Amino acid sequence: MDGTGVAVAVREGLFTDSDPPRLLGSRCTSCGCHHFPRHDTCPYCAADGTTPVELSDTGTLWSWTTVTTAPPGYGGDVPYGFGVVELPEGLRVVSRLTEADPSLLSAGQPMALVVVPVGVDDDGHRVVTYAFAPQAEHGGPVGGSVGS
Amino acid sequence: MSGVDIAGVGIHPFGRFEDRTITDMGVHAVRAALTEAGLDRGGFQAAFCATAYGGVASGHKVLSRLGMTGMPIVDVEAGCASGGAALMLGAGAIRAGAYDTVLVFGVEKMPKGMIRSSFFEPWQEESGLAATPAYFALRAQRLMQDSGVTKDHLAGVVVKNRRHGVHNPDAMFRSEVDAAAVLGSRLVCEPLHLWMLCSPNEGAAAVVLRRAGTDASARHPGGPVHLDAAVLRSHLPGSVLNESTPMSGLVDEAVPAPSTLAATAAYAEAGIGPEDLDVVECQDTDAARELLTYEELGLCAPGGAAALFDHGATALGGRIPVNPSGGLLSKGEPLGASALGQVVTLVHQLRGDAGHNQVEGARVALAHTVGRGANASVVVLTR
Repeated sequence: MDGTGVAVAVREGLFTDSDPPRLLGSRCTSCGCHHFPRHDTCPYCAADGTTPVELSDTGTLWSWTTVTTAPPGYGGDVPYGFGVVELPEGLRVVSRLTEADPSLLSAGQPMALVVVPVGVDDDGHRVVTYAFAPQAEHGGPVGGSVGS
Repeated sequence: MSGVDIAGVGIHPFGRFEDRTITDMGVHAVRAALTEAGLDRGGFQAAFCATAYGGVASGHKVLSRLGMTGMPIVDVEAGCASGGAALMLGAGAIRAGAYDTVLVFGVEKMPKGMIRSSFFEPWQEESGLAATPAYFALRAQRLMQDSGVTKDHLAGVVVKNRRHGVHNPDAMFRSEVDAAAVLGSRLVCEPLHLWMLCSPNEGAAAVVLRRAGTDASARHPGGPVHLDAAVLRSHLPGSVLNESTPMSGLVDEAVPAPSTLAATAAYAEAGIGPEDLDVVECQDTDAARELLTYEELGLCAPGGAAALFDHGATALGGRIPVNPSGGLLSKGEPLGASALGQVVTLVHQLRGDAGHNQVEGARVALAHTVGRGANASVVVLTR
């Protein structure tokens, strides 16, 4: 995918631009549940107080599939992986996956957060969103790196 | 819920109709239902019209064409459960004493291809997260992990429902398919192949509700069909794969599904349990959705869907036939009309005039829809 050096997030406030990236969530100050994306009001107990948190950048795979046809409003490449990853905070997050071959994915597989390109904006900048990549033995993501 | 009867039903076939507008189809279904109920202008005091994609004043446009306006006409949107929501409102108004007779109908002319839903935000679309069938696939994958369901079961549900649909004149697909052909159709989102997904399409259905005990409610031989429950529920937070399509959820398997909430309330209202059901029409948006519904409605214990299916219990001739109409996999899914289409077909089952698809001696029937919102509706009909 073309585009110049600077990568911009598909939306501000979803993930950090650090390496590795971290999802920006919140934790309810009343019931302790975690949320993603961030909420001001807890969707579980309706309390108004939440604390911004950076969520774990690693987790385990809970469900997965492959998107083979570009869905509405999406201009990036297909196919791509799509799944749910469990984070240690007790949160299950819907995410793209860098691995599109379902035979290479399995329940409980270690995953790590990366960013992936989804298009180029009007200023020629690469637009990136979050995705989870299967984690290598040594701990880093397989075949993916920030802004790849 | 007692006190509400079905006075008449009508349907416009589900399919693709280039030469007919959504209003044309609504007029066809409403006219048929009013004729059955023996009603004319002024015969009903309120109307509820279910539609998700119909646009502004869909119900008014249908009733304007029939010269039947002046009463309150309310359009209702609740995703795939829109018709169930309209039925709940109509029945509730009669029970509350507001009206004696209410017209409930649903109309839809769906766009073709993967549904673009205003439900998703721009960043979700741009990220490739607005892939509706992928969410179905994630649910299917979990069912395979948790309930011993295999791809052969998913193909089997399609084979069953398409076999049922052969005899339904209102269905879009009326040919049998075999498992090899289902598994050979294009892979959309593993494990779901194209033929395992229902087709969004067009159609209309209408139901006339009447306070029980009025003379005209017993026009049909064998007496009227009773609407014993019409329940709508939304999701509880927590389940990442429920139809509210959240971006995250909790690691908590105990959150009841919206369909379970609706079914539990409907069973209580009707004073029955799942063991009392003779016939079920359920939301088979995809083949896995039907199997999951067996568990959510309590037709089997959690984890028991594959075994229930394997025993043939849910095929015509089985202990509890599910989707004898052919289901959405045969009929296609016009969102606003689909729930009321189920009610129409079940009324025929209870009257004993369902033809080749008849479940012999059916006396207790359940209709179930669930979709975006989340919205889940469960309707119980008896005679």
